[in-house]
Amino acid sequence: MQALEQLISASPVFEGMQEKHLKLIADCGRSIEVDADKYLFRASGAADMFWLIRTGTIALELHGAGRGAVVIETLHAGEVVGWSWLFAPYRLQFDGRAIEPCSLVAFDAPRLRAKCDEDHELGYQLMQRFAAHMAVALTATRMQLLDVYGNARAVR
Amino acid sequence: MLAQYADIPAGVSAATVPAPFQVISKCQDTPDTYTFELEGRSGTPLEFLPGQCTMLSRGGFGEVPISISGDPDAPERLWHTVRSLGLRTAAICASEPGDVLGVRGPWGQPWPVEYLEGSDVVIAAGGIGLAPLRSAILWLLARRDRYGRLLLLYGARTPDQLVYADQLQAWQERGLEVLVTVDSAGPEWLGNVGVVTKLARRAALDAPRTAVLCCGPEVMMKFMVDTLLHLGLGSERIYVSMERNMQCGIGHCGHCQLGPTLICKHGPVYRWSRIQPWIDVKEL
Repeated sequence: MQALEQLISASPVFEGMQEKHLKLIADCGRSIEVDADKYLFRASGAADMFWLIRTGTIALELHGAGRGAVVIETLHAGEVVGWSWLFAPYRLQFDGRAIEPCSLVAFDAPRLRAKCDEDHELGYQLMQRFAAHMAVALTATRMQLLDVYGNARAVR
Repeated sequence: MLAQYADIPAGVSAATVPAPFQVISKCQDTPDTYTFELEGRSGTPLEFLPGQCTMLSRGGFGEVPISISGDPDAPERLWHTVRSLGLRTAAICASEPGDVLGVRGPWGQPWPVEYLEGSDVVIAAGGIGLAPLRSAILWLLARRDRYGRLLLLYGARTPDQLVYADQLQAWQERGLEVLVTVDSAGPEWLGNVGVVTKLARRAALDAPRTAVLCCGPEVMMKFMVDTLLHLGLGSERIYVSMERNMQCGIGHCGHCQLGPTLICKHGPVYRWSRIQPWIDVKEL
């Protein structure tokens, strides 16, 4: 197994995938570095890539009028960044900023989508994993919406 | 001194009459949360175990149950962290050094810290839920060699809502791993952003040898327990601190009843497996 395949297989998202599928995914990846405080991607850009963080932290940010940048979530080593590449219109939703120097694997999304079209088992495996990842993120978002630390007990 | 804080007359139960405690110091933790250091007028230390609470009051405003946040090994000073949420807590938070507060207690079942010796212990806290866990942290760190991995997972709404932020570093130096996250933040915050349950997923817990002490808003605790169970921890090894409308503090009035238990008497600390059947009952 090549170094990139090993790296990918160690990530929780790709863990347990068949070696032939890991090879197909690794063929679409390349290592990149991002300096601290630099943007890895910007909202509304084409989602033609997604990333696996090897080291460092990426902050997902939203910019609101009059509010400036708000950090929605931070992502860390072993986590994937981005799922907009899976669904049309393939547009990024947030800004992604490195809050410290980061090493990542960048994946060529159109190429991997094409491989999924050719190999539906690969597509199913990837979709299953990303769906689980999205379900966790959705639950987290609902928790944030609940504002659980708010002033719920005003009687005291 | 107010009449209700006078020395307890003979024949009157100490359980029902507040003892006078003087505010020695006051520290602002967050915009609406303060930590008070209190000293009993009687000079007798208020012995307590980690996780127990008292009924705290300021004359004329009524009592509220507040967990003890101090060091169980130094009971001569009582520490309470109070968030101003309503009339009673606002009155307490307005107190200044020299003022006298009423204290009844300590009450309730503590965190099972002695029982957990030999285990990895995760402290999972949300918001001001770190206050009832501070006494457990101090207990564990004072006996650091008796425990395996000690890990604090702490979540708050925003960076300025983190309590004891100035103490986290010192705890880290004494052997507590500390992971902190906030629900939202500006770009100046260089720490984690995301819900506290995400910290548990990142923590690489050794499930069979890990026990969890969890305190925070009930919704947060439910999500945290769901995550921990998903990670393979047993519900028998997860402990939560519950909160209800506690009034008497001694199991007489029934206001804090939850299912078959009274929070003030049988809690506030419960095994998750014991309290779980009642948490999802909306009518309770």
